[in-house]
Amino acid sequence: MPFELETAPHPEKLKRVAIEPVSRVEGHGKVTILLDDANKVQQVRLHIVEFRGFEKFIEGRPFWEVPVMVQRLCGICPVSHHLAASKAMDQIVGATLTPTAEKIRRLMHYGQILQSHALHFFHLSSPDLLFGFGADVATRNIVGVAAAQPEIAKMGVLLRKYGQEVIRMTSGKRVHGTGSIPGGVNKSLYPEERAALLKDIYQMVAWSRDAVHLIKGLFEKNLEQYNAFGRFAAHTMNLVRADGAMDLYHGGLRARRADGSTLFDHFDYGRYWDVITEDVKSWSYMKFPFFNAMGNSDEGWYRVGPLTRVTQSDFIPTPLADKERQEFMTFDNGSATGATLGYHWARMIEMLHAAEALKDLLHDDDISGRELMATGQRQERGVGVIEAPRGTLIHHYRADENDQVIRANLIVSTTHNNQAMNEAIRVVAKQYLDGKELTEGLLNHIEVAIRCFDPCLSCATHALGQMPLDVELVAADGTMLDRVLRDMHGVCVRE
Amino acid sequence: MSEQHTFQLDGEEIPFAAGQTIMQAAQAAGKYIPHLCWHPEFKPHGSCKLCTVKVNGRFGSSCTMEASAGQNVENRTPELDDKRRTLLQLLFVEGNHFCPSCEKSGNCLLQATAYELGMMTPHFDHFYPDRPVDASHPDVMLDFNRCILCSLCVQASELADKKFVFVMGGRGMRGRKIILNSESGRLADTDFSVEDRAASICPVGVILKKRVGFAVPYGERTYDQAPVSAVEVAK
Repeated sequence: MPFELETAPHPEKLKRVAIEPVSRVEGHGKVTILLDDANKVQQVRLHIVEFRGFEKFIEGRPFWEVPVMVQRLCGICPVSHHLAASKAMDQIVGATLTPTAEKIRRLMHYGQILQSHALHFFHLSSPDLLFGFGADVATRNIVGVAAAQPEIAKMGVLLRKYGQEVIRMTSGKRVHGTGSIPGGVNKSLYPEERAALLKDIYQMVAWSRDAVHLIKGLFEKNLEQYNAFGRFAAHTMNLVRADGAMDLYHGGLRARRADGSTLFDHFDYGRYWDVITEDVKSWSYMKFPFFNAMGNSDEGWYRVGPLTRVTQSDFIPTPLADKERQEFMTFDNGSATGATLGYHWARMIEMLHAAEALKDLLHDDDISGRELMATGQRQERGVGVIEAPRGTLIHHYRADENDQVIRANLIVSTTHNNQAMNEAIRVVAKQYLDGKELTEGLLNHIEVAIRCFDPCLSCATHALGQMPLDVELVAADGTMLDRVLRDMHGVCVRE
Repeated sequence: MSEQHTFQLDGEEIPFAAGQTIMQAAQAAGKYIPHLCWHPEFKPHGSCKLCTVKVNGRFGSSCTMEASAGQNVENRTPELDDKRRTLLQLLFVEGNHFCPSCEKSGNCLLQATAYELGMMTPHFDHFYPDRPVDASHPDVMLDFNRCILCSLCVQASELADKKFVFVMGGRGMRGRKIILNSESGRLADTDFSVEDRAASICPVGVILKKRVGFAVPYGERTYDQAPVSAVEVAK
């Protein structure tokens, strides 16, 4: 798959337009667009400009500290990191979770899916979808939504609040709790907490269903535009349960080629490196993972997240969400399943699934059980994988005999989607920007494409010591005076 | 009939027995004087200076100063709490105290005292010292990043455990540190045990029992239940 528009042959002669920062996403990123004299787009890149370094500075820390520390990568989806790290540490302590521990963690996770998807759809993306991608920027925001459609805004706020309450009750805090620990959890649900959540859960299910219908209605209304917007073909990867059902907490890896054929299925994520490798590029702090079977990141990149999970799982194990999935799959002969804006629809189906799964768990007495912890045979290595709101999240650790972490590798959901996001914005740039005088509204189309993936840029950039650099010294007339390249092994070459 | 001896603490009459320090008498009367290095089981040594009070207008460490009849002791005054906040800020910047991921959070005397005294920021530039973590012992880990040099572990090991595992060594602001009594300098090579009194004396997160971090949920940790001013006087 060629990367048209990734690198212009003579960038020094082109006009540069930057969208900096990209707004209504988590973390900090920018988009650069290079245009020729006729305003034809020659190069488009999504750059991740922040740097974190978590994998390095958790080295030497005790393994039981990691689930609490690494969740600080993010303020929106910390539960995902908390749980992925805990799953890895379960392996290090050799534990098989008790039913109560697993169900409390699932409760926490579905609360996270609910709040994160609600936040993204209502607070961050609904202004584009409700008002139009090029609408007046003064009203194209959540305050504008609250003024124009207060019921929708209220629904979004209360759905998110409910998810946050589930997280607080299971982890201790709405953001950055400590509930999940290696081998289990530190609390189950008190009766009064369970009663409080049960009281409102049916409303949450109903609102989540309304949200699915809202985005479905927008697709119906704008069918041609939504289907074509930023559309591209990609390989996919997601976790699935043993019976092929969607499972956001645990399962085996399923990868399919862009043509729908299976690359691998039910693959044990404990050896993810047998199927995935991370590539690096000099212009981004975010890595570019690819399927080993494809040989390189040019051919082997893929996408993850709600659109992949909804379309590539055989079914969703809750009835209302599965009914919506079936409608999504057959809508307009399946056209939405390959649409970049289909991410929003799929995301709302997942939110409905999360609400239904919460309802089922809240009726399960195990969530108030007292058996919280398990132990087993100590292991050196642990790999934890979870389907975070934004996609497959991989945490990999090794701990020495003194219980200190000696190696860590995180492949974060947004990192898997790195090339996919770049593809989407290049398609959109060609569709909407080529040859035109750029306006804020047109440039927002680029951001709309990025927002489909709900990227968390702060989560996705954390590598240290492996990033290549390309330093250019350019004279005022555009002449290249000097250029130094550093590869991923730290070797510098002057060109 | 012997006369009841009292002194005044923030305007309240506090009874005391002969030989008691101001801290001991205040503690017995249920009055909180902020402190870090003082512990009722061990001899006071007045090193953290957080328990500084004004006695008849002059500064003194309440943990070492004997109570005497008629003293006028100022304790929780804005002036003294302001100085205590500064002392706390100095302690926070001298070490690497990252409360968000510290398993002692919620059970930490330093953190709880900072909350009690309303310390909102570190104010001073951080030192970011390069201090070791000793995880060599099978049951206990030492993270010296959080050490405030209270020396309670030294006293507990010496006086309660009779082992002399910890000693205070080095000189100067950056050189002073806890040294382990083994040739290698590692905890694993001492006769330290997780059952020792010294294993549970650390007021901050230096001496940690392994593999139990974060086992107590929010809401059930020591200072979730009550502020340090109530917890400490109940000891």
